[in-house]
Formats: sequence, structure tokens, C-alpha cells
Amino acid sequence: MSFDIEHMATLARLRLSADEKERLSDQLGTVLEYIEKLKELNTDDVEPTAHVLGLSNVFREDEPAQTPLAVHNPISDSPAHDKGHYEVPQVL
Amino acid sequence: MHRTSITQARELLQQKKLSSVQLTEAVFARIDQVEEQVQAFVHLTREKAMQQAREADARIAAGDEAPLLGIPIALKDLICTEGSRTTCASKILDQFVPPYNSTVVEKLIQAGAVIVGKTNMDEFAMGSSNENSHHHPTKNPWALDRVPGGSSGGSSAAVAAHECVASLGSDTGGSIRQPASFCGVTGLKPTYGRVSRFGLVAFASSLDQIGPLTKTVADSATLMNVIGGKDPRDSTSANVALPDFTQALQKDVQGMKLGIPKEYFTGGIDPKVEKAVQEGIRTLESLGMKTVEVSLPHLDYAVATYYIIACAEASTNLSRYDGVRYGYRTEKSDNLVNMYENTREEGFGEEVKRRIILGTFVLSSGYYDAYYLKAQKVRTLIKQDFDNAFEQCDVIASPVTPYPAFKLGEKLSDPLQMYLADIYTISANLAGIPGMSIPCGFAEGLPVGLQLMAKHFDEASLITTGHKFQQNTDFHTKEVPL
Repeated sequence: MSFDIEHMATLARLRLSADEKERLSDQLGTVLEYIEKLKELNTDDVEPTAHVLGLSNVFREDEPAQTPLAVHNPISDSPAHDKGHYEVPQVL
Repeated sequence: MHRTSITQARELLQQKKLSSVQLTEAVFARIDQVEEQVQAFVHLTREKAMQQAREADARIAAGDEAPLLGIPIALKDLICTEGSRTTCASKILDQFVPPYNSTVVEKLIQAGAVIVGKTNMDEFAMGSSNENSHHHPTKNPWALDRVPGGSSGGSSAAVAAHECVASLGSDTGGSIRQPASFCGVTGLKPTYGRVSRFGLVAFASSLDQIGPLTKTVADSATLMNVIGGKDPRDSTSANVALPDFTQALQKDVQGMKLGIPKEYFTGGIDPKVEKAVQEGIRTLESLGMKTVEVSLPHLDYAVATYYIIACAEASTNLSRYDGVRYGYRTEKSDNLVNMYENTREEGFGEEVKRRIILGTFVLSSGYYDAYYLKAQKVRTLIKQDFDNAFEQCDVIASPVTPYPAFKLGEKLSDPLQMYLADIYTISANLAGIPGMSIPCGFAEGLPVGLQLMAKHFDEASLITTGHKFQQNTDFHTKEVPL
């Protein structure tokens, strides 16, 4: 089975070289063929499992939390920042 | 001295026959001796470790008996450590210094551990051989031309080569158990939700779990007591009471039922591996366990289910690496979109890209139901298989891998073959149950592991069974030829 690698790379925001596109297409084609195996199973009446413990909506009390990050300025972790702002290439 | 287990070291430290400074120096001397060959580490935190060792000695002198006081431990390089690099073996995080500690690191430090350094891994924990590391491949200490397994290959090799007393790894599809098997050490993947994932760099959030790699099962019980438990900072950590796992070491296996899944012994398995595993099962029988045949009929679908779910989750988790907030950014860009694209192209290795593309595909419009939703439904069937099997037994025994450690480069060109090697381990992640690998023999000089699996939150049964096995066998005490 083949699929549109160009489109997937765009969706995933990955630029792939021509060589990579060809190699990944071939390899993922083989993997997808293998994955088709699941179609052998009838799952019409089976509920999907997203999470094994069945937790949902885990809330905490709405109280101020002690956070060690309070003194850390996360903008300083950025590869490009200026005057307390993130720097990015031109958007428009 | 560096060959010690946690249990042995703790006794000597508390009796003041050994200081943490001496032990830590011995471990670093061992690292200096073998690390050039093994390459288990991404970086060492020698100075900090020596300082922690001195502090531990002061605490011991003051009568402190914290469970890991003065014990040198290594961490897989996807566990965030405040102020020291956490690279995930990826170029995109190569210079990343976390501003906080993960919960497990906070707990280790509180328990008095000495942090030796960060261990090598497959990039973003994606791989079964450690060959996908951006830094360098790690070698198997039993045979330097072979892989240590993955993705926690650095953590398992470091324990096997005595470059630390114990380590932490993470397991998404077998990444603790498979390298433990390949390197002849004990590896425990706890129940999903047992150990906080706060500060663990995410790969597949519904499957990832942190766990110990150790020289003995007794040591993994000690580490589990420290790292387990509910954490308000990880909403998926389970609100289930944490037992004292060292009590499980005192229990007997007499009368416990050992399930043997018939599907795990058909075809594809190396006969020498099968022989070692079967002998391991016979040993457990001779110790009083009663074997029953059980069936896990959807085994054949586990690899496909896993790669759909894990890649889907990875593709969304890894979308955060955009070159804006932290990590690597490309030099080549003239607008925002091609900055993203070039950053990710240059920052990720090939296996990571392969999985992002596959994950993007199975979640994309028109394919979601056919692949992703289908896999989630099959995941339910796999979980039900285990629920049914555990009605007949307490612990399930199986191989960990179909073959022992393979040669570097042997499987790199065929991703599907590499994925299929995970067949025996990934079901435990899909079902969320705990699994353990313990050394049970050798195949042509290479270690073989026996996998034990139990019900949700029943790590205690694995510890009881594994410890009893190690009290009656000596595979876990065999030394690497280094």
C-alpha cells in the first residue's frame, strides 16, 4: 500500500529530502501492509481503550500551588529571544 | 566494590564499613576503566555526585537510614534533571537543560541517592538497539560487537558493566525488559500509573512508564518503594496505595499459579532462548509453583496495534518541538513555517521521522477510523485476554525476546523486522500491566531473560516470584567479561 508522503510531511511540519521521501515511502509501505492485519478481526461490538485505568477528569482543589518554576523565566530557554519576547522569523 | 548491589552496599554503608565517597569513587574508577568500550553514558555528573556522596556520608553519620543513602544511580537521559542536560539522545534537545527535576529524581534525591550521570538511549525512546541515538551507539558489555537492546540500553549496559549500582529506564513497548534481557540484568516495568511520569519526556503517553534496572529483584523492590506512588503533578498517576515491596521478598511462591501462554512458544523463537525460558519455568515449578496453560489469542495483533497507537501519540507529543520555546533551531529559514520544517528535519533522526509520519497518517482525515480507532478496539481485546488469563493464574511466564542480543547494524535497514522483535513485551504496555525480566540462562554466551507479568498493581507477585528464582539460581550473578 502506498500513501501520500508529501502530504503527511506537510501535516507533520517535516521537510524531507527526495532520498528520504523515497526510503520512508518504501519502508512505511511495508509497515502499513503489515498493519492491515488488524482488519482480520471483527471489532463491531468492541469499545475502544484510550487509557487502561479508565481515569477521567482528574481535578485538584483550586488552591494556589507551590511551584519551583516561579523564579524561572521560561523565555530564557528559547534559542532566540529578545527583551523578554520570543523571536521568530517573519510570519506575514 | 563497584560490583555491589543496593542491598549489599546499604548494609556496608549503614555499618560504616564503607563510605559513600569510597563507593562513588570506585564506581567512577570503573567508569574510567570500561566506559570507552561500553559507551553507556551520554554525560556524567561526577562533581555533583561526589558532593552528594559527601552529603550522604554526613547523613549516615547523623543516623539517617534513608533507603538509597549514598548509593550511586544512573538515569536514562529522558528523565529531567534540574540544571543538567536532558537530551533524549536527540539533536533537537542536545543543549536542553531542564529548569526542574522530574518527580522520580526528587524522590531519589530525598532517599539519598548519588546521581552518577545520564545514560544513552534510542532517540526519544524509539528503538530496540540504542543505534538510534544522536550521540553514539552503546555496546553490549557481554559482547562489544552486539547491541545492548533498547531503548533503555545505556541504563541496562551501565548496570551490567557495574558503572552504577542501579539505574532508571522507561518502558513504552519493552524498553526496560528487552535491554535487561540482552544485558543479563533485572528490569521491572511497573503498572501504568504506578510511577509518576512528571518530568519524563513523553513518547507515547498512554504506554510510557518509568522503572528500575538493577542487579537483583531485591534491589528493584527497594527502588520501587522510593519511586512509586500517586503524584498530583501527573494526573495519570494512580491513586492506589503503595505497598512495602520489600515485604514481598519474604513471601513464598508455594501454591502460586504460573500461567504459560501457549501462543508465546510457537515459531519464530530461537530454540536456545526457548530452552533457557522453559528451564526457568521448570525451576519455578520445582520451587512450588503450579503451572497452568493459558491463552492470549490476540498476541499476533499486538505489534500492529502498538505501532499505530504509539506512533499516533508520538506524532502529537513531538509536535511541541518547534524551535521556538526551547531546544534546537535551524539556521536556515526565512519564514515561520519553513523554520518549523527545517528545525524538525535537522533536529530529528530518521526513526523518529518515520514514526511521526506513520502517526500523522493513522490520525489523518479519512484514515482515523480504519487505523487509530481500530487499534484502540484491538487494544481492548488484548487487555481482555489478560483479564481472562489472570482468572486462572497469579503470574504469567514467557520469553522476553525471540532471540538474544543481535549484532550492531544487523537490523538497522529493516524497521519492520526491528518492530517484530518487540512481540513478547508490547502487550503488557497495551494492557497496562506490570512486567519483569530476570536472567534465566545463556544462549551461546549471551544472556537470556525470563518475562514475568502480573495483574494491574500486583508488582508484589513479580517481586516474590523473581526473588525466589534468584535465591535458587545464579544467572544474575554471572559477570560480564570486562
